[in-house]
Amino acid sequence: MTEKLRRTLYNIYMAAFLFYLLVPLALMGGAAFNDSKLPSVYPWKGLTDRWFIDLWNDETMWYSFRNTILVALAVVLLAVPIGTAAAIVINSISGKVRSVLYGVMVAPVLAPGAVIGISTILFWNKLNVPTGLHLSVLGQVSYIAAFVMLMVLARLQSFDENLEEAALDLGASHGQVMRRILLPHLYPAIGAGAAIAFFQSIENFNITLFTRGTSQTLTVYVFSKVRAGITPSINALALLLILVTFSAAVIYEVRRRRAATIEAAREAEARRADEAGII
Amino acid sequence: MSAGIDLDNVCCDFGSFRAVDHVNVSIKPGEFFSFLGPSGCGKTTILRMISGFTDPSSGVIRIGDKDMKGQRPNQRPTALIFQNLALFPLMPIWENISFGLEVRGVGKTERRAKAEELLRLVDLPGAADKMVSQLSGGQKQRVAIARALAVEPSVMLLDEPLSALDLKLRQHMRAELRAIQKRTGVTFIYITHDQGEALAMSDRVGVMSQGKLQQVADPRDIYNNPSNGFVASFVGENNIFAGTVGAVADGMARFDTAHGTFRARVNTTSGKDLKLYVRPEHTIISSFPGAENSLPATVTDVAFEGNFISVHAVSDSGATLMAELRNDGSSAIPVTGEKLHMSFAAERASILPDGLTRGE
Amino acid sequence: MDDLLRRYGPTLTGAFMLLTAFWLLMLVILPNITLFEASFRPYLPVVDVGGPKDFYSFNNYGKFFANSTDTDIFGMNIPLPIHVKIFFGTIYYSTLVTVITFVVAYPLAFYLAKVVSPKSLPTLFLLLFVPLWVSEVLRSFAWWIILALKGPLNAILLGTGILDQPVRWIMGYRAIIIGLVYTYVLFMVFPIYNAIQSLDTNQIEAAQDLGSPWWRTHLRVILPHAKPGIASGSVMVFMLSAGSLLVPALLGSPTSLWFTQTIQQWMLESQDWNTGAAYSFLFLILCTCFVSLVMWVFKVQLTDIAK
Ligand SMILES: Nc1ncnc2c1ncn2[C@@H]1O[C@H](COP(=O)(O)OP(=O)(O)O)[C@@H](O)[C@H]1O
Ligand SMILES: [Mg+2]
Repeated sequence: MTEKLRRTLYNIYMAAFLFYLLVPLALMGGAAFNDSKLPSVYPWKGLTDRWFIDLWNDETMWYSFRNTILVALAVVLLAVPIGTAAAIVINSISGKVRSVLYGVMVAPVLAPGAVIGISTILFWNKLNVPTGLHLSVLGQVSYIAAFVMLMVLARLQSFDENLEEAALDLGASHGQVMRRILLPHLYPAIGAGAAIAFFQSIENFNITLFTRGTSQTLTVYVFSKVRAGITPSINALALLLILVTFSAAVIYEVRRRRAATIEAAREAEARRADEAGII
Repeated sequence: MSAGIDLDNVCCDFGSFRAVDHVNVSIKPGEFFSFLGPSGCGKTTILRMISGFTDPSSGVIRIGDKDMKGQRPNQRPTALIFQNLALFPLMPIWENISFGLEVRGVGKTERRAKAEELLRLVDLPGAADKMVSQLSGGQKQRVAIARALAVEPSVMLLDEPLSALDLKLRQHMRAELRAIQKRTGVTFIYITHDQGEALAMSDRVGVMSQGKLQQVADPRDIYNNPSNGFVASFVGENNIFAGTVGAVADGMARFDTAHGTFRARVNTTSGKDLKLYVRPEHTIISSFPGAENSLPATVTDVAFEGNFISVHAVSDSGATLMAELRNDGSSAIPVTGEKLHMSFAAERASILPDGLTRGE
Repeated sequence: MDDLLRRYGPTLTGAFMLLTAFWLLMLVILPNITLFEASFRPYLPVVDVGGPKDFYSFNNYGKFFANSTDTDIFGMNIPLPIHVKIFFGTIYYSTLVTVITFVVAYPLAFYLAKVVSPKSLPTLFLLLFVPLWVSEVLRSFAWWIILALKGPLNAILLGTGILDQPVRWIMGYRAIIIGLVYTYVLFMVFPIYNAIQSLDTNQIEAAQDLGSPWWRTHLRVILPHAKPGIASGSVMVFMLSAGSLLVPALLGSPTSLWFTQTIQQWMLESQDWNTGAAYSFLFLILCTCFVSLVMWVFKVQLTDIAK
C-alpha cells in the first residue's frame, strides 16, 4: 500500500466516522420540522413549526427544565470547591496514601450510576433525609467532583511551586497566595471543570432516576416521553439543546484560539527581543 | 538599609542525608557574598534556610543580630530571587514588581509609581504594562530584581540567577548586578556553580563541597591561596603531583614525588593525601631546564583558545602537564612532539591537603 | 500533609481537608458501607425495622438464584436462574460492545494522533465532541428513530434494493449493542489517542526504516505503547455499557433485559430497597473484578487508567 493511498483511506474512514456520529443527531433534529405525528424524517410530510409551539406550551417541560438547571447549579457549587480542594490535597502528598486516596476519588467515575443512586438514598435515609432532588445533587456530586479533581490536578501539575514561595517571600499571607497566585493559575481548569459539571449534571439519568423521589428533571422527562406516547416536540427540544451546547462549544473554542494567538504573539516578541540582544 | 547574617553551626538533614553540614559564616552588612560549589553541594538549601522555606536541623541563623527561628518567610527581611525567577505569568510587569506592596495594603497609585521608579532603576522604563512572556531573558532578570527590591529587603538572596542566560548576556548582567548592589547597599548573598562569576562579582566567596564550607575568603585568596585541594581544583586548573613532605623552612617545604623533588609553599604538613598544586599559567615553558622544579617533557597537544594557548605535555617520567601561554606574541608557540622543559616557581606552588577527605 | 501546611497554612489546609473528607466519607465511603449492610437485611415495613424480624441473612442474595428457566448455551439446554442469565448476558454483551468500540476507535485514534495535520485537529475535536455534549437519552432516541421498522434506515436499505423485507432492528440485544457502541465509542477514542500521541513519531519511522511492514509496526511498536490507553478506554466503555440504563430501556425489547433494569425493578417497582442493594452490591463486585482483571492483564495502574 502506498503512503498516499493509505492517507486517502484514513481520510475516508474519518469522514465516515463523522458522518456516523453526526447524522443521527441531524435526523433527530430534522424530525422536529416534519409535519407528522410520529417523530421521524421519513416519510416527509412537509415543514411545520407546531412542535416548537407545543414544546413552548408544555408546562411539565418548563418545570423539569427549571429543576434541571437548579440541580446543575447546586452540583457546580458543590463539586467545584470539593474537586479543587481534593486536587490540591492529592497534589501535595505522595506514596501509598496518595494511590489509595486517588483510587477512592476516581472509583465513583467508574461505578454504575444505579449503584451510586441506591447507596445515596440508603445512606441518607438512615439519617432521615427523604428522597428528592437534593439527594440527586449529592449523588451526582460524588462522581462529578472527580472530573473537576482530575482537571484541576492536571493543571496543578503545570504549576511552578516557586511562584507560591516567591509570593510568600514577598510578604504575602497564605490567603493572598491562594487568591492572587494559585487560583488565577487554576481558573481555566476550574472554569472547564464547572462547565463539565454543569453538563454532566444536566445529562445525568441513572443517579437522578433513583434519588429524585417524585420530582422531574429534563432527562427523566424526556425519557418518560420517549417511552410513552412520543410527540415530535421532544425532537424540537433535542434540537434546541444540541444548538445551545454546540454554540457554547464553538464560543469556547473561538476564545481559546484567540487567547492562544495573543500568547503566541507575545512569545514571538520575546524571541525577537532575545535575538536582537535587548537586555 | 542592609543587615548582616550569621550562620552558626547550621546543619540541614533530609532523612539520613546531611545536605548542609556545620556551616559557620558571618556575612557583613552591605557585602556581596557568594556561595560557590558544584551542583548538589547544598547551596540552595542554605539559601532556603536563610529565607525561611526550610528549617535548619540544628544551629542558629541570625539576620541583623536577630534569631530567625520560628520566623516565616513572609516575616523575614529577605527577598529571594529564584533560579527560574518565578515571575507571576498572569500579572503585568508592574503588578509583578509591586506585588510585595500590594500584599502590604499599599494603594494602587502609589504602587504604580513605585513600580515605574524601580523599572527605571533596573533600566527597563516603559515595560510596566507588558506581560512577562513578552520580555527577553535579560529583561525578565531585571524585573525579578526590581520585584525583590520593591519590598526594600535588608538581604537579597540570589539562586544562580544567570544560569539560564547565554554567555554574553551573563557577562553583561554580572556587571549590572554588581552595580545595583553598590547603588542600593543591600547585602547580596549570591549562589553559583560558576567560579568565574563568583570571583568576578563578590566581595567574599565561600566555597562549598558536600554540605561543608571549605574556605571563606576574598576572590584573590580563594584563587591564589586555596586552603585545600578541592578549592584549588574547583576554582581553576592545576598540575598536581602526589608525594610526601620533607624538610620545612620559612613556609617552604621540600616535596618528594615520583617525578622528582620539588620545593613549594606549605601551610600544614598534617593530613594524609598531601599534594602539590601549580596552575598552568604559572607553569613556564623553556628550551632549557629551569633552576628548580623543572621537568623535561614532550608536547602532546597545543590548543588555541583565543586569548591564550594551552599546551599539553607529558614529562619523561610520565606526568601529564599543562601550561598556558598568553597570546601576546611574546613567546614562540611550541608544536606537538617538541621536546622542552616545564618548570614553576616555588612561590607559585602549594602543598595542600585533599579537601574532600578531610575530617571535621 | 506537612507540605500542605507549609504551602497553604493551617486555615486553608483545614478547609481543603474538610471538603475532601466530606466528599469521600459522606458521598462515597459511608453510602457504600450502608449499601453493603442493607443488602443483608430484609425488606420490612417501617414499624418492623429494628424489631425481631430484622436480622442479617443472605436471603436477598438468594433471590438472585430463584426462578430457573431452561437456557440454550452453545446448543446445550441448561436450567439457569433468570437473573443470573441476565447478569451474564449483560457482561457478555458489554464485552462485545467494548471489543467493537476498540476495533472502530483504534484506527481513528491513530489517525488523529499521527496522520492528520495538527492544524485541523481542533476543528475535528470540536466535531467529535458534539455528540458527547448531547445527552445520552437523546442519543438513544436518535437511534430509536433510525432503527424504527418504518424508519429511515429500512427505507434506505429497501430503496437501494439491499433488503427486500424491512428488518425489525429493535429486537433482542441487537439495537442495544448498536446504541451502546454509538454512545460510548468516543470514550475509547480519546484515551487511545492520548496514549498514541505520546509516542515519539521517530520510533514509528525508525521501525519503518528498519523494513517493518505497517501491520508489524502497529503490532510491535504502537499497540504496546497504546496499552494504558486501551486499558483505560476498555474499562470506561465496559463500565458505562454495563451500567447503562437508558440505552437498554429505550432500545431493548422484552426479551433483552439488562442487569441494571432488574435493579431498577427491585428499587422502583417492588420498592424493595434491600434486595436492590444486594443486586447493586453484586454488580459493584462484578465491576471491581472486571477492572482488576483488565488492569492485571494489561499490567497497568489505576493512576494510568483515569486519564
Ligand atoms: N527537599 C529535599 N528532600 C530531600 N533531599 C533534598 C531536598 N532538597 C535538597 N535535597 C538534597 O540536598 C542536596 C543539596 O541540594 P541543593 O541545596 O539543592 O544543592 P545545590 O543548590 O548546591 O545544587 C542534594 O543532594 C539534594 O538532592
Ligand atoms: Mg541549586
